[in-house]
Amino acid sequence: MDLSAINPVLLIASLMVAATPLLLAAIGELVVEKAGVLNLGVEGMMIVGAISGFAISVETGSPFLGLIAAIIGGALLSLLFAFLTQFALANQVASGLALTLFGLGLSALMGQSYVGIKPPAMAKLDLPVISDIPVIGPILFSHDPVLYIGIALCAAVWAFLKFSRGGLVLRAVGESHDAAHALGYNVIRVRILAIMFGGACAGLGGAYISLIRVPQWTEGMTAGIGWIALALVVFASWKPWRVLLGAYLFGGINVLQLNLQAAGIAIPVEYLAMSPYLITILVLVIMSADKSRAPASLGRTFHASQ
Amino acid sequence: MIKLEKRPMPSRTLSMATPLIAVVITMIAGGLLFAALGKNPFEAIRTIFWDPVLGEYAFYYRPQLLVKAAPLVLIAIGLSLGFKAGIWNIGAEGQYIIGAICGAGVGLAFYPTESILIFPLMILAGALGGWAWAMIPALLKVKFGTNEILVSLMLVYVAEQLLASMSLGLLKNPEGHGFPGSRNLNDYPSATSWINEAAGLHWGMAFAFIAVIFAYVLLNRHILGFNIRLTGEAPRAARFSGVNPTRLILFCLGTSGALAGMAGLFEVSGPSGQISIDFNVGYGFTAIIVAFLGRLHPVGILLAGLLMALTYIGGEIAQGNLGLPSAAIQVFQGMLLFFLLALDLLTNYRVKFAAKGAA
Repeated sequence: MDLSAINPVLLIASLMVAATPLLLAAIGELVVEKAGVLNLGVEGMMIVGAISGFAISVETGSPFLGLIAAIIGGALLSLLFAFLTQFALANQVASGLALTLFGLGLSALMGQSYVGIKPPAMAKLDLPVISDIPVIGPILFSHDPVLYIGIALCAAVWAFLKFSRGGLVLRAVGESHDAAHALGYNVIRVRILAIMFGGACAGLGGAYISLIRVPQWTEGMTAGIGWIALALVVFASWKPWRVLLGAYLFGGINVLQLNLQAAGIAIPVEYLAMSPYLITILVLVIMSADKSRAPASLGRTFHASQ
Repeated sequence: MIKLEKRPMPSRTLSMATPLIAVVITMIAGGLLFAALGKNPFEAIRTIFWDPVLGEYAFYYRPQLLVKAAPLVLIAIGLSLGFKAGIWNIGAEGQYIIGAICGAGVGLAFYPTESILIFPLMILAGALGGWAWAMIPALLKVKFGTNEILVSLMLVYVAEQLLASMSLGLLKNPEGHGFPGSRNLNDYPSATSWINEAAGLHWGMAFAFIAVIFAYVLLNRHILGFNIRLTGEAPRAARFSGVNPTRLILFCLGTSGALAGMAGLFEVSGPSGQISIDFNVGYGFTAIIVAFLGRLHPVGILLAGLLMALTYIGGEIAQGNLGLPSAAIQVFQGMLLFFLLALDLLTNYRVKFAAKGAA
């Protein structure tokens, strides 16, 4: 085993890359849950985003168009969930599961002819001088643009929920849909918009995996990241900045275990690969002591029966 | 304008009719999907739903139907108990894998001893393995209030890694020339779940039938089943009448884990034959669709399991004959669940057409 082969600067830089899909998906789901909807279909929306983004960027040669396609793909899929839960008043847990099962199948179908292809590369930020500063340069100033978008999105969601009127309405709908309805807010519309935002973020997160992080298409390549994103929202007690912290923590664990695998540590590969999932469970257990922060209407069906 | 009015009681007729309507709509939507893929939709639907049962080579496919349905029914019966009470075990795939590893491990430990006692012992180990794996989310939920959905799902990924480790390490066939995977249990008469391989009969089917009857009696004739239904339909009433939620969680998750573990054991010692990295094919997830399609009712689940098995077999035939991609069947199964959930609206609500402004 050779631990000196692990370069801390590269470790932090790759940690940020590993954390970004998680961050994107989790920040989207946070908004959805703040509106009182539990969408368990994150994994399905991510994988559909991953293949839509991949296919479009291969066909057009533009990674940017691919990302747009992923956002649209994720949002479209989430509309199915919105229809089921908001109009057909179906159980949210079952509908979310259906979305994931359907998304996994759909992505496999769409991705058949894209296995083993390399997508066009995404340009990285490269500022003269600044990107070349040792340590700070590679960590802060030489990533792809989506990574910065993720952080900016986190800040934007925080500001939206805390300072804007729209954010207040969204939180009101999530805390008590009956009260919000009585005040004249359109609960269903707010929730559908939130669900679509969640879908768009999950789609972008998925495309980040297939276009930038890996970059390749393989069936089921999101490998539970969507589910970890759901756990991350609980971990963050529904607070945007803690989602960022949590995503970097999980990204760090994942990168560290991959580095340990490469360094040939005495623990078998399979047990290292388990660690992100086991740590997720551990974190869930620790955080579940405090239930008070969950939006009060989370997971409940709203039906305006005069 | 369309208005929805909640029914005082879910409609019984529609509750039974909606799965059938959902299947029909899925066939239409699936036909459109197949047409979009450039296949003849009528031929594809016929290949999937007709040929395995009544087609020319049906004699070959019919036994397969039970082979595929058995694990689905066994797992779905367990899941339905929890789903009825609002306890969501969605990690059946993990419990299935652990059951298979434990059961096969016990069998392989006795190799090559022949004894009539080995197979019952394997069943016990499989059930215990699945039970123990399901007890992790159950105990965490009971002790700390942790969400069982996420924990049980995370454990699927852990179980998959454990499976990889086992088939490359501890349970690897010592005479396998270095290939991953365990000894083939079908070559070990005391440890095979086949009753008659030619007829496609294995013990998993017997246990699936027993599970259906057991669940039916439990839900309709036993106080525990009544409490499960009560907790699902009126949680407050259940609390006032003194239903112990802790016991209910432990029972529902434990039973579904044990049944999924048994399903894994029957699969690994029969149709699959050996522990290998990818012997699991997602029955644990498909069983969720089966449970809903069967309306969480034991007899319904039996029928839904057979139907889902049909789509698996029909899908394989269509893959061979028509070049239909295997993922298309997965999409098809996912669509079925969508339509079913959407149609549930009719069961619980009355749709009324009223003039705008009349309300």
